[in-house]
Amino acid sequence: MIRLAVISGKGGTGKTMITAALAHLLPGSLVFADCDVDAANLELLLSPQLIRTDPFMGTKTAVIDPTLCTQCGECMDHCRFGAIERDGDTYRVSPLRCEGCAVCVHICPVAITMQPRQTGEIKYSETARGHLVHARLVPGAGNSGLLVHAVKKTAMEHDPDCDLFLIDGPPGTGCPLISTISGTDIVLIVTEPSLSGLHDLKRVVAVCRQFRPRILVAINRFELELSLTERIQNWCDEEKIPVIGKIPFDPAVIESVRRGVPVTDSGAAPAAQAIQILAAKLEQELKNFGNQR
Amino acid sequence: MEGQTMKIAVASGKGGTGKSMVAANLAFTLSRTEPVTLVDCDVEEPNLHLFFPAPVISTEVTVPIPVVDDTRCQHCGLCGEFCQYGALTVLPDRVLFFSELCHSCGGCMLVCPNDAIHEEPKRIGTLSASVPQPGLKLISGTLDTGSPHAVPVIRAAKKHAARDQLVIIDTAPGTSCPVVEALDGCDACILVTESTPFGLHDLQLAVDVATRLGVPAGIVINRSDGKDQETLRFCIDHDLEVIMTIPFDREIAAIQSRGDILCRVRPEWQKDFFALFLKCSTLAGVER
Repeated sequence: MIRLAVISGKGGTGKTMITAALAHLLPGSLVFADCDVDAANLELLLSPQLIRTDPFMGTKTAVIDPTLCTQCGECMDHCRFGAIERDGDTYRVSPLRCEGCAVCVHICPVAITMQPRQTGEIKYSETARGHLVHARLVPGAGNSGLLVHAVKKTAMEHDPDCDLFLIDGPPGTGCPLISTISGTDIVLIVTEPSLSGLHDLKRVVAVCRQFRPRILVAINRFELELSLTERIQNWCDEEKIPVIGKIPFDPAVIESVRRGVPVTDSGAAPAAQAIQILAAKLEQELKNFGNQR
Repeated sequence: MEGQTMKIAVASGKGGTGKSMVAANLAFTLSRTEPVTLVDCDVEEPNLHLFFPAPVISTEVTVPIPVVDDTRCQHCGLCGEFCQYGALTVLPDRVLFFSELCHSCGGCMLVCPNDAIHEEPKRIGTLSASVPQPGLKLISGTLDTGSPHAVPVIRAAKKHAARDQLVIIDTAPGTSCPVVEALDGCDACILVTESTPFGLHDLQLAVDVATRLGVPAGIVINRSDGKDQETLRFCIDHDLEVIMTIPFDREIAAIQSRGDILCRVRPEWQKDFFALFLKCSTLAGVER
């Protein structure tokens, strides 16, 4: 199994649209994971049929029993996350702020306990091209990096014999992104021709280089600002990062998202044609990677 | 100003909908009449400094991490048992510490019976402060690449602006802890969306977070191609007001791409962003 993650640094560059099109185009047996667990969208383009839902238990959170609390306030003084607040005569833990460290339980083993808390769910579904593991994080919950890890693990355990594990990643460079790219063989970074796109590309490449996957770049809506596309291309050349796709701005992309299908579904649109070329190059990369193993 | 402070967050759920564009233009417009502090809390990928290039004063953001004193440690293992994040592994002859797993809770230090653990600061990011134009202060939080913990950098950036009168906070996309940290305590938030199924799906999640935190929200539809019916229906059903609609326009996209500010290049937009500000004041219940 080759593990390929589509990521971006900057949000909204077209990761999910491209991942769905690659799901449609790449040959062999596939399994998918949507690791953008706070705002998972891949399911909107792959028409999954749900097979199973499992609860995701994040780290435990502290709960204060008001009948045992003596209102001494020691727990609040020791909590470094500002998670304990006064609630009238007693104290209360904000589950949104609690990071589950259990320091308050150490301070007050009488009134405070750590309780398991469901912070999301993991869904295992069937699509036309293979199984999809996706998740839903309770809005505002922490532990997104842990949930990403659980999503990837589910996919690899259930479909270990697939040729390709294709991951739709989160934006950013923090814990969900690090959890997504750890253990991947190839990352495809989707960027856009803007100063923000270039800036964010450089940062996400710096993170990827701490993990050593092969790094590839695609530039989406490339002709909207050709001078920046050229700067991105030049920077990638200097860094010896192959730019394997340039996809034009195309209203057909939004139309296909609104219809809930990959843009390559209808084939002839300019963006679809460019993604077909991208997929062919990626297929070659996957072959080379397989041969080197 | 009548002495009332206000913090407005700009958030979105989905990435790339135009949060930074809205935050930059709002701050640019308001700074012409009163002092504004713009805080970039998208610390994983901060971009506002690209729109406001200026000399910066940078400081490091650090978090406390445990350091084990080998001369006192008896390798009893209590710290390793206590740590909920698996950041400490106690071997018969030494203690292994994995700093990227540490949440800096201080628990290991509390449970150590031999007083063998103290804390030292570890750098995880930076804060940069600048005054790119009169009336405008920009504070950018930047997480060091490879560091997983965005929240302490966001907290430090907000703290830096805590005493300022009028604060505009640009947040990360998504709905998890970095967004909660940035939104928490704000008087109003602007949720920027686009009229696609992705935009709407993620807007629903963002509304949910704002509601849980008790922050009143208004909706900005960006890059509208006129097909906004689904978004408008959602807003009506959830009693949310669309406080601005920005049309899809290649020129606006190009201004943004090259790091320019719409309200500077096309000053006629300033009245729209000022109107947006007044609607935020109403949401926040602040008399202007």
